Amino acid sequence: MATDNREWERFDRRRRIGRFALVLVAAVAIIGSWRYMNTGIVRAETIPREVGDLLTRMYPPDVAYTTRIVQPLVETIQIAALGTLGALALAIPVALLAAENTTPNAVTFWLGKLIVTVSRSVNTIIWALFFVVLFGSGPLAGATAIVFRSVGFLGKLLGEEIEEINFGQVEAVRASGASSAQVLLYGILPQVKPALVGLSIYRWDINIRDSTVLGFVGAGGIGVQLFRAVNAFAWQSVATVLIVILGVVVATESLSAYTRALVR
Amino acid sequence: MLRATDLHKTYPTGDEALSGVTMSVEGSETVAMIGPSGAGKSTFIRCVNRLTEPSSGEIYLDETELTSLNDDALRSARRDIGMIFQEYNLVERLTVMENVLTGRLGYVSAWQAFRRSFPAEDIERAYEILERVGLNDMENKRVDELSGGQRQRVGIARAVIQQPKILLVDEPTSSLDPETSNTVMRLLTDIAAEREVPVLINIHEVDLATEHADRIVGLHNGELVFEGTPDELDEQGLDQVYRGAEVPENIGSQRVSDGDTDTAVDPDRPLAGET
Repeated sequence: MATDNREWERFDRRRRIGRFALVLVAAVAIIGSWRYMNTGIVRAETIPREVGDLLTRMYPPDVAYTTRIVQPLVETIQIAALGTLGALALAIPVALLAAENTTPNAVTFWLGKLIVTVSRSVNTIIWALFFVVLFGSGPLAGATAIVFRSVGFLGKLLGEEIEEINFGQVEAVRASGASSAQVLLYGILPQVKPALVGLSIYRWDINIRDSTVLGFVGAGGIGVQLFRAVNAFAWQSVATVLIVILGVVVATESLSAYTRALVR
Repeated sequence: MLRATDLHKTYPTGDEALSGVTMSVEGSETVAMIGPSGAGKSTFIRCVNRLTEPSSGEIYLDETELTSLNDDALRSARRDIGMIFQEYNLVERLTVMENVLTGRLGYVSAWQAFRRSFPAEDIERAYEILERVGLNDMENKRVDELSGGQRQRVGIARAVIQQPKILLVDEPTSSLDPETSNTVMRLLTDIAAEREVPVLINIHEVDLATEHADRIVGLHNGELVFEGTPDELDEQGLDQVYRGAEVPENIGSQRVSDGDTDTAVDPDRPLAGET
């Protein structure tokens, strides 16, 4: 008897049809939303002209304006630093709750996850709107907004780091009769210290960028100046502010990269 | 003195790691617990200081019954139990001195611990122990810079500085090469003898067990199947421990006729392990 050629298929018929249907749904969704939004580059040829126009109006940047944005700039950096510090202080307990291996029970675990999710699902600007209503406009609202947005970010990532630690080291500390606080100080924190420092600096770096637009909703910082300049069509001042922001962001990014490399 | 009675441990997965182990460590003897992987050796040791909660049974450390202690009482009981781990379990990112002083955490407040301000006598003792284990001038090295043998010496120092009533040692040499294993075992048993601390060692290398221990107990499938001096551990004993051979009826009387002085085990006690 002749041997049949053995057949092999990665997917059987049902799986193939299912996969095809999924691709079809995705394609329909993409095309549908494109048409619904009425997106479409109608007059592509005008783009270079518009950009060129904006750039000529921005040139030359208003150098004299620099002196007036120093103070708001410092305020921006302060908002970011204060917000990050506050977030760090709150994020450590949140991370301990949200990490499976350190959370006391299921309820605290979900509480931790809830704090992280709520904090992360609301954008800094929305938090700022909320706190401007609460505290009135100014840097306090901005810094609080930064805290509320960063807690989730730091809590989530730090919690994941805590879940990755070597639990043997924790057990050894516990086995010597250490209290929970001591176990945290000797068993857990040393293991996540590089991540803690790295994440905080990284978040501070993000927060500097976030703080630059907080002023749009009246929550302090350089955004106030930028918003005013844009509304007044003072494009030369806008250019100055943008250049200064770019400079600050580049500087903080290099500082952040350098500092994170120092911690091991 | 450590005495465990009818210790059971069933994990939530349904695995029965210990099915009624009764044994004791007396005076300042060194007892080696041998047995194949999965026999329950680690579980037994971890049940003593309740890193693993036993399912039932009693464990006495001197007058204290350990399995019924509440959290606070357990913490102070743990100060009297030194533990040395298979993978050293040192806090890698801390220095040698910080790791050794971890053994004194039970005696200082969290704030003192955070400030690293330990009592002067603890510091003095730490230096003495570091010298004893041969780590002079290493106190400010970070542990992750050390070799395996050096790490286990730190592990010994950390356990010994607790001034424990017993040392629990979980596979101390399985991450070490044979040469270093021997040195570390020698160091461990010597220090325990100097300080008259009883030792319970889990070990799967039978050679090391017979060389360094005063007494040997064998676990198989969570049951005690052998108990005797290193000399008594013959082919038959090894068969019982490692291959689950029948335990002969006369083993109890054999033990007594030996006139072993450290015996506190009731010879009439039925040996667990009629497999």
